[in-house]
Amino acid sequence: MISPWRDERLRAVAAACVTLGFAIGVFAISFGVSSVAAGATVGQTCALSLLVFTGASQVSAVSVIGSGGTAASAFGGAALLAARNGVYGLAMAPHLKGRLPTRLIAAQLTIDESTAMAAAQEDEAHKSAAFWITGLSVYLFWNVGTLIGALLGTAIDPATYGLDAAFPAAFVAILFPLLRQKRPMMAAAIGATVCLVLIPFTPVGVPILCAALAILVGVPE
Amino acid sequence: MSWTFVLLLAATAYAFKVLGLVLVGDRTLPPVIDRCLALIPAALIAAIVMLNTFAHGQHLQIDARAAGVGAAVVAAWRKAPLIVVIVIGAAVTALVRKYA
Repeated sequence: MISPWRDERLRAVAAACVTLGFAIGVFAISFGVSSVAAGATVGQTCALSLLVFTGASQVSAVSVIGSGGTAASAFGGAALLAARNGVYGLAMAPHLKGRLPTRLIAAQLTIDESTAMAAAQEDEAHKSAAFWITGLSVYLFWNVGTLIGALLGTAIDPATYGLDAAFPAAFVAILFPLLRQKRPMMAAAIGATVCLVLIPFTPVGVPILCAALAILVGVPE
Repeated sequence: MSWTFVLLLAATAYAFKVLGLVLVGDRTLPPVIDRCLALIPAALIAAIVMLNTFAHGQHLQIDARAAGVGAAVVAAWRKAPLIVVIVIGAAVTALVRKYA
């Protein structure tokens, strides 16, 4: 077996994963700011990032509460957005061999970024490495960024720096390598279309879950 | 925001995350399921990009984010490194927001 640090491809993968973690950490600053602005304490804001640790749900919850919505509607949307991590778990399970305690830790790191970076690797060994490195680096940077944002509070407006677009831009970069083959390309096109069509008509979180139906293009051989 | 809310959301989020991993576990799945599961990231990530670019609550709107993400698409298509794609996306959004 080649030592991991001699494997240049793996080093490149690791560098990309850590870079992604850092970028997500910058986005976390804007979550910290909007969470405190929505009335959460610094402690609650950090607890959300440490324990919930799924960005889209957290951002959705504080934005609903911040705009005067009830706790129930904030919870509903956030829970629906969190449901996709269950789908990611299904996708990642075949690549994450390990005993139960390892899986229970892997579960907390099963999010958009770690799943996408793993999916982008062609080599099986690189898949699980990409999952762990991305998961851990996003966990670290997401929580540090949250704390910085929560402490800054309303001293900065993240929208001024376009930080709200940093998140979808990062996902565009992750998405491109996935589209080299025909089926993922079709799945992405259908998923994007289903989501766009449903946004005006369904509650927060539902469009993303329905987009998962696009995986049915994998049924024919 | 209450602590009950924070902890309930944490428990719910973790339950979803564990569900998928434990449900499949070490089992070998039929090829058709494998083929479908492999498409999950592409389908959902594409949907998330749409949501974060065009959604404002339950409304669709085209604003500075669309310009920024459009620029990010061009950068990613030209195979720019990840960090460059992100910086271009944020910078174009900020500039369009300020001057347009």
